[in-house]
Amino acid sequence: MTERTLTLAFESSCDETSVAVIENGTKILSNIVATQIDSHQRFGGVVPEVASRHHIEQITKCTNEALEQADVGYDDLDAVAVTYGPGLVGSLLIGVTAAKTIAWAHNLPLIPVNHMAGHIYAARYVGEFKYPQMALLVSGGHTELVYMPSEHEYQIIGETRDDAAGEAYDKIGRVLGVNYPAGKTIDEWAAKGKDTFNFPRAMEKEDNYDFSFSGLKSAFINTVHNADQRGEKLDKYDLAASFQQSVIDVLAEKTMRALDDYPVKQLILAGGVAANHGLRARLDHDMKKFHPDVPMLQAPLKLCGDNAAMIGAAGYVNYKHGDRAGLDLNAVPGLMFDRIQNK
Amino acid sequence: MKILAVDTSNHPMSVALVEDEQLLATTTLNMVRNHSIYLMPAISKLFELVQWQPTDIDRVVVAQGPGSYTGVRIAVTTAKVLADTEKIDLVGVSSLAVLARNVVPTSSAIIVPFFDARRGNVFAGAYQWENGELVNKIEDQHLGIDVLLNQLAKLDQQVVLVGHMTDKIQAKYDQLPANVTLLPRSYSIPSTYQLALAGKMKEPVKEIDPFVPHYLRITEAEANWQKLHPGEKRKNYVREV
Repeated sequence: MTERTLTLAFESSCDETSVAVIENGTKILSNIVATQIDSHQRFGGVVPEVASRHHIEQITKCTNEALEQADVGYDDLDAVAVTYGPGLVGSLLIGVTAAKTIAWAHNLPLIPVNHMAGHIYAARYVGEFKYPQMALLVSGGHTELVYMPSEHEYQIIGETRDDAAGEAYDKIGRVLGVNYPAGKTIDEWAAKGKDTFNFPRAMEKEDNYDFSFSGLKSAFINTVHNADQRGEKLDKYDLAASFQQSVIDVLAEKTMRALDDYPVKQLILAGGVAANHGLRARLDHDMKKFHPDVPMLQAPLKLCGDNAAMIGAAGYVNYKHGDRAGLDLNAVPGLMFDRIQNK
Repeated sequence: MKILAVDTSNHPMSVALVEDEQLLATTTLNMVRNHSIYLMPAISKLFELVQWQPTDIDRVVVAQGPGSYTGVRIAVTTAKVLADTEKIDLVGVSSLAVLARNVVPTSSAIIVPFFDARRGNVFAGAYQWENGELVNKIEDQHLGIDVLLNQLAKLDQQVVLVGHMTDKIQAKYDQLPANVTLLPRSYSIPSTYQLALAGKMKEPVKEIDPFVPHYLRITEAEANWQKLHPGEKRKNYVREV
């Protein structure tokens, strides 16, 4: 039998408590995800203190289930990986504290993982990574283009200057009476409507890879409010389609331009918003048209949201590269990749 | 019995290793509140000094709150994960009871430990030594300092307050009632040796998974939600996907 490296991975950066056991960074033996969505839907968004309280309720249960499902014991493990940022500090601390305790109790190396690297590595379960590569990361908290010249190197070349794309979905969702997280419903509505409102495409033509979604959000909200005042009811499907088209246009255009300037061997699409069907279809189309030689790896739908399997995959790479955290590892809510000057 | 006792429920962070009745090692930090950074290194260092392995301990005793929500979660997460992974006993003790134990067992006074809970409120409870046992007389609760002092003034007994009386709490009342004495601040540092002794006597929890801090307060978001949704039964809000 060949040697296998087993990683126990923890993720608790927002409203999902997740623990996974990963073999050699590429095979999911278990991936337990306990979601708090039903709880935070009461408040229309994630309440940090409520999230922290749920994480501490779930942490040992998820750990035991992950080990059971993988059919392994602590003695079989080689490393403990954990998300230490970015995210909500109180939430992050539960995973970080649990991981440190287990690493110490079983004398295992503790591997710190950036949550955003984790999102990228969700795509590792689809195929091997080839460098240099580009990743478009779109989620509720982040929208960024990450250039990876080689394994274990991450450079932000473009990012949102205000709202993240997923955040914009949630905010306009509220206006349409769609509860958080609104992305899935807006995506479904968009498929039934047409882009009739022609909302602004912010920074689309600017010579950089940055994004902005707050202007779009305001234009959307104003359109709906003005119609309300006139007693006019706008078609929700067309509204959703118009909003989504604007988001997708900007994401796709900037990504294509980044690929023009940074020749890569692969494009990765990851993050919670990567589950959006409209975005997936558009990037498929644009890549075939503009960059037919660059294959795209899309994170599997069920690994687009927060989960520990992706942390285990990224953690394995960190482990190979010798990344180790001490028992003084702390949560870093504002953790970021380095930003580099644009070409 | 080998015991690890931890308390991070407030400003001080404290760890103790106790064998049977004997304190082997203890560390207390009382500086910036960053228990996440210092707790595991402190535990690790003490184990090294007494030459214990993590697998050697029989029981983890933790100060279960009330206190700072984030603070108390650090020790409770450490304790429950450690007890779970090593398959050993887990015991929770009120963080206020730990402070009450700073008062000598020969005292007949009503002991009222308290923590600042912000906005003129405190977490407080009432305890009394009876034949060498610390007995809880009034449940730990969250209340205004003025309300607490009014209640204590009505007691026909000597009361000692144990805790760090901050300027902000003090600003909420004129003077202490005649039967109430505030102990010096040196009594307001919790002793995890005392915590270990208290936890040694208690039954360990039957199930580790549901073990959570005693916050004594629901979150503001939930309180507001409950006002808008009276009578709505709490279901399980977390599900596996």
